[in-house]
Amino acid sequence: MRARRISGIVRPRGWTTTALRGLLFAVLGLFCLYYLVPLIVMVSTSLKSLDEIREGTLLSLPQSVTVDAWVKAWDAACVGVRCDGLKPFMWNSIAMAVPAVLLSTALGAVNGYALTKWRFPGADWIFALMLFGAFIPFQVILLPMARTLGLLGLAGTVPGLILVHTVYGLAFTTLFFRNFFIGVSDGILQAARIDGAGFFRIFAGIVLPMSVPAIVVTVIWQFTQIWNDFLFGVAFTVGDSNPVTVALNNVVNTSTGVKEYNVDMAAAILAGLPTMLVYVVAGAWFVRGLSAGAVKG
Amino acid sequence: MASGITLSGVFKRFGATEVIKGIDLAIEPGEFVVLVGPSGCGKSTLLNLVAGLETLTSGDIRIGAQVVNDVPPRDRDIAMVFQSYALYPTKSVRQNITFGMQTRHVPRDRQEAALDEFSRLLQIDGLLDRKPGQLSGGQRQRVAMGRALVRQPEVFLFDEPLSNLDAKLRIEMRTEIKKLHQRLGKTVVYVTHDQIEAMTLASRIAVMDNGHIRQFAQPHEIYEDPVDLFVAGFMGSPPMNMLPGKLARDGTARAVAVEGNGAPPILFPLPGRLAARLDEPDGHEVVLGLRPEAIFAAGTELPGPDRFVFERTVGVVEPTGPDTMLVFAIGPVEAIARVRPGDAPDPGTAFSFEVDMTKAKLFDAASGLALGARTGGR
Ligand SMILES: Nc1ncnc2c1ncn2[C@@H]1O[C@H](COP(=O)(O)OP(=O)(O)O)[C@@H](O)[C@H]1O
Ligand SMILES: [Mg+2]
Repeated sequence: MRARRISGIVRPRGWTTTALRGLLFAVLGLFCLYYLVPLIVMVSTSLKSLDEIREGTLLSLPQSVTVDAWVKAWDAACVGVRCDGLKPFMWNSIAMAVPAVLLSTALGAVNGYALTKWRFPGADWIFALMLFGAFIPFQVILLPMARTLGLLGLAGTVPGLILVHTVYGLAFTTLFFRNFFIGVSDGILQAARIDGAGFFRIFAGIVLPMSVPAIVVTVIWQFTQIWNDFLFGVAFTVGDSNPVTVALNNVVNTSTGVKEYNVDMAAAILAGLPTMLVYVVAGAWFVRGLSAGAVKG
Repeated sequence: MASGITLSGVFKRFGATEVIKGIDLAIEPGEFVVLVGPSGCGKSTLLNLVAGLETLTSGDIRIGAQVVNDVPPRDRDIAMVFQSYALYPTKSVRQNITFGMQTRHVPRDRQEAALDEFSRLLQIDGLLDRKPGQLSGGQRQRVAMGRALVRQPEVFLFDEPLSNLDAKLRIEMRTEIKKLHQRLGKTVVYVTHDQIEAMTLASRIAVMDNGHIRQFAQPHEIYEDPVDLFVAGFMGSPPMNMLPGKLARDGTARAVAVEGNGAPPILFPLPGRLAARLDEPDGHEVVLGLRPEAIFAAGTELPGPDRFVFERTVGVVEPTGPDTMLVFAIGPVEAIARVRPGDAPDPGTAFSFEVDMTKAKLFDAASGLALGARTGGR
C-alpha cells in the first residue's frame, strides 16, 4: 500500500478561509498547551531540589538542574517500610505485564482465528458471551477472583496477577483479533486447506504473519491496560509482590517526614515510562507494517 | 491416467436454503468440463463440494473409483485455482508455490525440480522472490496456477480464474489454460459465468441455473440445440432473439405467427424437418428463437433452403468491427440482426432482413422446453 497523495487537492482561497484556518490552529495550540502543561510541571518539578520547590512557584523552571530526585525515586524512596525505591516493584510489573500481555494476546489470536475461520456450531454465542466479558466492571470480579486465586494457591503472588490479567484481557484480545480475521479472505484459508495444512499450520504459517497490525494494536492496548492497572494489583498482591502502580501510590502516601514533591513526580514519570516506550516502539512497527503491505494480498 | 468425477444425487443446504438441488453428473477422465451459469446459481458451491471445502448434505461424489464424501481436501488428489487468486500475502512467490509441497513433506530436490519446471512453463521464474502485492493481476493469476500445477494432481478445479483480469489478458490466459490441458491431459472442472469462456474451453458444458443442471453437452450442441429457453438465452452474445408467437399455417405449411404491434402478424415458415417433429396443434403458444447471425441483409448470403425475407425499420445501428448489429422492433420485442458492416443502413430507414429458418429454434411458451428437438436433451 502506497501512501495516497492528497496534498495536491485544490482548496478554495480567500481571506475567510485564511482566517478560519488561523482560528483552527489557535484552538489546536491551546489544546496542546492544556495537555502539555501538567507534563512540563512534572518534569520541571522532578528536576528541582526541595529548597527550590519551597521557594519558587509551581510553573517556574528549575534554576539548578539536579537528578537527585530521580535517583532517589528509583533506588531509595520509601515504599511503606521498605526504602529501596521503585526499582524492585518495576521488576514486579515487568515480570507480571510481559507474560500477561503475551499470553492474552496469543490466546486472543487463536480464539479470533477459531471463531472466524473454523466456524463451529454455537461460535456466535461463544463470541457474544466473551464480548460480554469486556463489559464486566473490574469490581464485580474481585471477590470471586480472590477466592479462585486462593483455591489455586496463587493468592498474593505475581503469577496470580498474571492469571487475572490474562483471563480478564481475553475478552478484548479476542474481540480485536476476531474483527481483524473477519476481513481476511476465506479463499486463502481454503487454498491452504487444499495445500494440506491443518489448524495450527495455517495459523502459524499464514494467518499470524498477516496479522502484524492486529498484534501490535493488541499488544499496545493490553500492555497499557495491564501496566497501568491499580485495582487488581492492590487487591491480589501483597507488599513485596506489588506492581509499580501500587508502589507509586505508597511512595506518594508515605506520611513520615517532609513531602518530597520532586521524588513523587520523578516516581510517577518512571512508572509511566514503559507504556510510552511500548507505544513509540510498537507504534513505529505498526506504521511500518501497514506501509509494507502486510495486510493486503 | 486422469480420474473421472461422478456426482450422484448431490444436494447441498446452508441452513434452510437449498443451494444445490439434486445434481447428477458423470465427468470422464481427462475431460474439460465447464460449469456455467448466472451469478449465485451454485457453481462455486458445487465446485467446493468436489474439492471437499463444503460438506455434502446428501448424495455421493466419486473421484476415480473412490467415494470421497468424507475425504478431506488434502487427500482428494485435487488442486484448485480461486477467483481471488487467494495467494498467501506474506509469502514470496516461491513460498506460495512450494507451501503445499512443504506441508506434504515432499523432498527438497523434488520441490525445487517442480518449482523450476512449472515456474518456467508459466513464465514466472523471474518473479520467485517477490511478494504477491508486488505482482500485476496477470502475474498473480500465473502464480495461482503454478501453485495448483506443482501438486500434479489428477483433477484441477478452477473457480472463475480469469474474471479479475482485463479483456486482453483474459483471452491470452484462456488460450494458455487450454494448451495446459492439452499438454497435461488431466481432468478439469472449470467454473465461469462467461459463456464465451465456456464455449472456447470446454469439451463439455454443464449449464446451471438455480441449483440444477439444465443441460450437459458438447459446446456446439448447447449452442445449436439448447434444451430450453434458459440455456438458449444464456449462451450466445448478443443473446438469441426470442419472438413470442403462435403456431399457424401458411397455406398448408406450418409457420409461426409473430404479432406485430397492431400491424398484421408476420408468418415465419417452419422448415419441413422441424415441422414434421411437432405434435402441437395450431394456435399453440410458442417462442421462436433466432440467433442474431441467423438474420442478415437480404440477398447477401448464398441462397439456401428455408429462407424468409421480411421488412422492418432499423432502430439502432451498432458497429462492432467485424459485424454490425441492427436493432429493430418486431412484435412486442426488440430483435438484433448481425449484418456485414458494408450492408448496414442508416437508422430509421426500412430494411429487408433475410432469415435462415433452418437455424430457428422453437420453444413451448408455457414450459420453456424446446419443441421438436433433434436430441432428447439432458
Ligand atoms: N456458506 C454459505 N452459507 C449460506 N449461503 C451460502 C453459502 N455459500 C453460498 N451460499 C449461497 O448459495 C448460493 C450460491 O452461491 P455460489 O455457489 O457462490 O454461486 P455462484 O458461484 O454460482 O455465483 C448463493 O445464493 C449464496 O448466497
Ligand atoms: Mg462463484
